[in-house]
Amino acid sequence: MELETLRFGTELLKRGFASMQKGGVIMDVTTPEQAVVAEQAGAVAVMALHAVPADIRKMGGVARMADPLVVGQIIDAVTIPVMAKARIGHFVEAQILEAIGVDMVDESEVLTPADEFHIDKARFTIPFVCGARDLGEALRRIAEGAAMIRTKGEAGTGDVSQAVRHMKMIMGQIRRLKGMNGEELARVAREIEADPALVAECARRQRLPVVNFAAGGVATPADAALMMHLGADGVFVGSGIFKSENPPAMAAAIVEAVHNYDDPQVLARVSRGLGQAMKGIDVSTIPEAEALQSRGW
Amino acid sequence: MVAFQGDVSEHVSAAEQIFGKGAVSEIRSAEDVSTCQGLILPGGESTTIGRLLAQRGVAAAIVEAVGRGVPLLATCAGLVLVSRGVDQGDVVPLGLMDITVNRNAFGSQRESFEACLEVKGFDRPYRAVFIRAPVIDRCGPCVEVLAMFEGRTVAAREGPVLALAFHPELTEDLRFHRLFREMVEAI
Repeated sequence: MELETLRFGTELLKRGFASMQKGGVIMDVTTPEQAVVAEQAGAVAVMALHAVPADIRKMGGVARMADPLVVGQIIDAVTIPVMAKARIGHFVEAQILEAIGVDMVDESEVLTPADEFHIDKARFTIPFVCGARDLGEALRRIAEGAAMIRTKGEAGTGDVSQAVRHMKMIMGQIRRLKGMNGEELARVAREIEADPALVAECARRQRLPVVNFAAGGVATPADAALMMHLGADGVFVGSGIFKSENPPAMAAAIVEAVHNYDDPQVLARVSRGLGQAMKGIDVSTIPEAEALQSRGW
Repeated sequence: MVAFQGDVSEHVSAAEQIFGKGAVSEIRSAEDVSTCQGLILPGGESTTIGRLLAQRGVAAAIVEAVGRGVPLLATCAGLVLVSRGVDQGDVVPLGLMDITVNRNAFGSQRESFEACLEVKGFDRPYRAVFIRAPVIDRCGPCVEVLAMFEGRTVAAREGPVLALAFHPELTEDLRFHRLFREMVEAI
């Protein structure tokens, strides 16, 4: 046993942090007040950003990292972990977020990408979460150092269909690896442009090597429970809470729904009388060029 | 295994290596607690787990079971929950151990670390994984301190409760799980 004293930012610490979020709900917040609402509703963590995805869509323009002043205020307002979004490839935004004391960075397609390549996440002390639509994309992000994967879905729409599609895609691709021999696994790795060792690990463990959350369009307790049924380890909720009529009630109900996703009686009770969910946009009406999920590769 | 939120599956697989497959079950209700010979409170978010324990009546069932002498292994968030008092946040602890704790005593995830500890009763150092870890800042007279890190208590035992600020379920070294098995077998 090595007797060196201290080590920070190891893979074990990064993935371990992500594991502690399992079975939980991580909520998008833009102010310290919203962060307190999320914490009191039972969120395991909050995601700090300057506007929720639905507003980012509406506003247009370039979406960037949130103001460090506000991120700092959010960190001070709650005792649960605080995550924040950086643009794809924008490692300096990620460095700034790390310097502020953020617990995890979301390298997110919701913000305007800064590069066609993603951040070299292994160089950071704090862990990263990244979006993925399929197994190849998930394993490319893990190879770059992502400690957590989430479905991309289609953020800011309140339409869960894309998150469902991405989760089923990843789970199905992993299932199909079962029983393949080394040569077949190598072929798959080549086809999906992923590290062969990671593909082999997925085949053996029948899951991603890191925690896999659902995100992108989750707007109701039923949506959250649906994603848990499909194999999500937990749920990110973006616009779904603070774009609804009664955010504290919606937030608490989604937390309950994740903990009781397989109990329709509880789901019926917590879904009652929550007021209007976010209005949302049917994904099929969004022009291809405006889809956030096609950002990144 | 209390299975509301946190790294439940890691804890289950570590416990299965020590107790055998089929010997470990997941607790989601008060009734589940009454059939167990040992209890584990995993890591996760102490506010979230604490709230769920109270809502489902599992908190009272655990207090009752530990009162009967059923051993309890509490890690990280679990350590916060077995204490008598917490410095910050709206965690309602179960008061199973005469300790008070500092939550997130080392800071944010950037300050999370791995370190080697000298543990009372272990013949060689133990490599511990601290993730936004708490520390015990006050121990009552009946609490036995098992390990310190930089002068702060990170592992302790009082009667049937074994509380750790770090995550024994995330590494291959299962000596703390073996110690817990000895506690279960001694009953």
